[in-house]
Amino acid sequence: MAKVSLRSVRKSYGATKVIHGVDCEIADGEFLVVVGPSGCGKSTLLRMVAGLESITEGEIAIGERVVNALEPAERDIAMVFQNYALYPHMSVFDNMAYGLKIRRLSKDEIRRRVEEAAGILELGALLDRKPRQLSGGQRQRVAMGRAIVREPSVFLFDEPLSNLDAKLRVQMRVEIKRLQERLGITSLYVTHDQVEAMTLGHRLLVLSEGVVEQLGAPIELYEKPATRFVAGFIGSPSMNFLETKLTDDGRHVVLPGGDTLALDGAAAAANGTSPGRPVTLGIRPEHLEIVEESRASAHLTVELVEQLGADSLIHGRLGDESGPAMTVRLQGIHAPGSGESLPLLAMPAHIHLFDPESGVRV
Amino acid sequence: MVESRRWLIWLTHGILLLGVAVVAFPIYVTFVASTHSLQDVVQSPMPVLPGGELVANYLQALAEGLGEGAGTQSIGAGRMMLNSLVMALGIAFGKIAISIIAAFAIVYFRFPFRMAAFWLIFFTLMLPVEVRILPTYQVVADLGMLDSYAGLTIPLIASATATFMFRQVFLAVPDELTEAARIDGAGPLRFFWDVLLPLSRTNIAALFVILFIYGWNQYLWPLLITTDQSLLTIVIGINRMLEVGDDQAEWQIVMATTMLAMIPPILVVVAMQKLFVKGLVETEK
Ligand SMILES: Nc1ncnc2c1ncn2[C@@H]1O[C@H](COP(=O)(O)OP(=O)(O)O)[C@@H](O)[C@H]1O
Ligand SMILES: [Mg+2]
Repeated sequence: MAKVSLRSVRKSYGATKVIHGVDCEIADGEFLVVVGPSGCGKSTLLRMVAGLESITEGEIAIGERVVNALEPAERDIAMVFQNYALYPHMSVFDNMAYGLKIRRLSKDEIRRRVEEAAGILELGALLDRKPRQLSGGQRQRVAMGRAIVREPSVFLFDEPLSNLDAKLRVQMRVEIKRLQERLGITSLYVTHDQVEAMTLGHRLLVLSEGVVEQLGAPIELYEKPATRFVAGFIGSPSMNFLETKLTDDGRHVVLPGGDTLALDGAAAAANGTSPGRPVTLGIRPEHLEIVEESRASAHLTVELVEQLGADSLIHGRLGDESGPAMTVRLQGIHAPGSGESLPLLAMPAHIHLFDPESGVRV
Repeated sequence: MVESRRWLIWLTHGILLLGVAVVAFPIYVTFVASTHSLQDVVQSPMPVLPGGELVANYLQALAEGLGEGAGTQSIGAGRMMLNSLVMALGIAFGKIAISIIAAFAIVYFRFPFRMAAFWLIFFTLMLPVEVRILPTYQVVADLGMLDSYAGLTIPLIASATATFMFRQVFLAVPDELTEAARIDGAGPLRFFWDVLLPLSRTNIAALFVILFIYGWNQYLWPLLITTDQSLLTIVIGINRMLEVGDDQAEWQIVMATTMLAMIPPILVVVAMQKLFVKGLVETEK
């Protein structure tokens, strides 16, 4: 077991820069999730830790050892691939045992480790099968078993659940979480799915186009997103954004149609210095309420309602039909008709303001 | 289009039976001829049912086959088949070994002039044995390999087709599998033995069948390269048996030898067919 340090890690393919300097310390036993949209460089980052890609600039250390020049097998890591990458011609047992055989462990030790991993993962009855005789979930488990038997310092996961159907994905997610807690092995997990990231990680690293947008605990990212990108990426349905500006006293923002919306103390204080500046206002669908007319700060013209059972998502426009799009999440079952105008209240404590140019939180 | 009208069934089966008959009839005639005495074979019309000389003819073919001629000893079909077997197996194993290693190098290693090497191999596809036969003969003669098993097999071993095929097989192996093996600590040679070779098993079997028959049926090259009677291959031996000048060829022995010559390729196909089917059912990468 070990901590992992990334120090100013960069990666270029020829002239194309893919990772623009990542600094990050993963504590011993921590579960760090790297999350970001497809193509942002998550796999590249993970593969540099694994030793499958060279490191263009910077340093990666596992424990106290800088591993830049080490082969993957020498880094004391284990990796789980998205497509499982099981050896198709080997039995489940041999798939798990292969790396141990190469390391010349004794037959008894190999058997002990494989059987222990098979016990944890409930693969005991499948040890003689070939990968093609297994379901997707079982293959995923074998891939995890292959990682476990190595007893590595670090687990690396590259979107390991993406090839599973939705129900199995939830089930395996819980299993991975439980397993990581039980084994206490430092883990680096890559995914594009923010729900997976929120539920699994002790901390999240949000990556966008090779740049670290924010590094922090899931709830911290949800409550205080550092940039507009993080605000839009974390949380489902996505945060509502509104291009607007502060009033001259800096304590209100201007809404379309000319109404103003009061900010709560902290936000107002932070903005007191720059009255009149343009800002991007962000508010999550769950932080909007439908209230009686007298308390309303704005109105929502309903376009579409999605009933999820526990919640209802109401999609509409702020003000009249030509206003900016806005989604409201209400608990329970609500069914306003299309075109109806609902009085809306934004909870002042949950309003986020971002700089329209840089996207940084103000 | 699945028609099930009665006359159509008869028609399709009729055509199929006719096709089988066209292919099988000459073989049947060969077999019948190999079971009679020479007098019976050369009379007209030839008998249509097998005769009683089967054992005697085949024993004679195996033992003497090509009889003594001016300055040459006799050589039996048994020895000729052994020569053919050595040549066919040598070519098949040699080609598979060389081409799978060449493909491994081209797909998995970054070395200088890698693509140049690949295209050079590719261009030799356009130069079959017959085209380069004179220079190849010269090289083999200069190396002192005339009249030897080495001279029979080695020049036919280099193969662009098989290299190309293995390259495609290797390119279809997912990168993640290679990476998983790297993480497991398998070096290039272990990866080759433990992963690539087992994954190419069915391709190797298919190639083996094709190459064995290719080697077994070689005519021009052994004709050119061997003058030693004891190195005659069976295909050339059969031809030599017919070169009897004014004498009567011993047709019943020639036919028996021909029947014998067909057995090894058939055995190879039958034996490998099981692997084919298994491969088709199992293959998944
Ligand atoms: N071998 C390569 N050569 C050039 N560009 C690459 C290579 N591998 C990945 N990239 C580029 O790097 C970026 C990040 O890729 P990747 O790390 O796979 O993204 P993610 O896993 O986040 O979807 C992509 O834009 C991709 O096109
Ligand atoms: Mg990826």
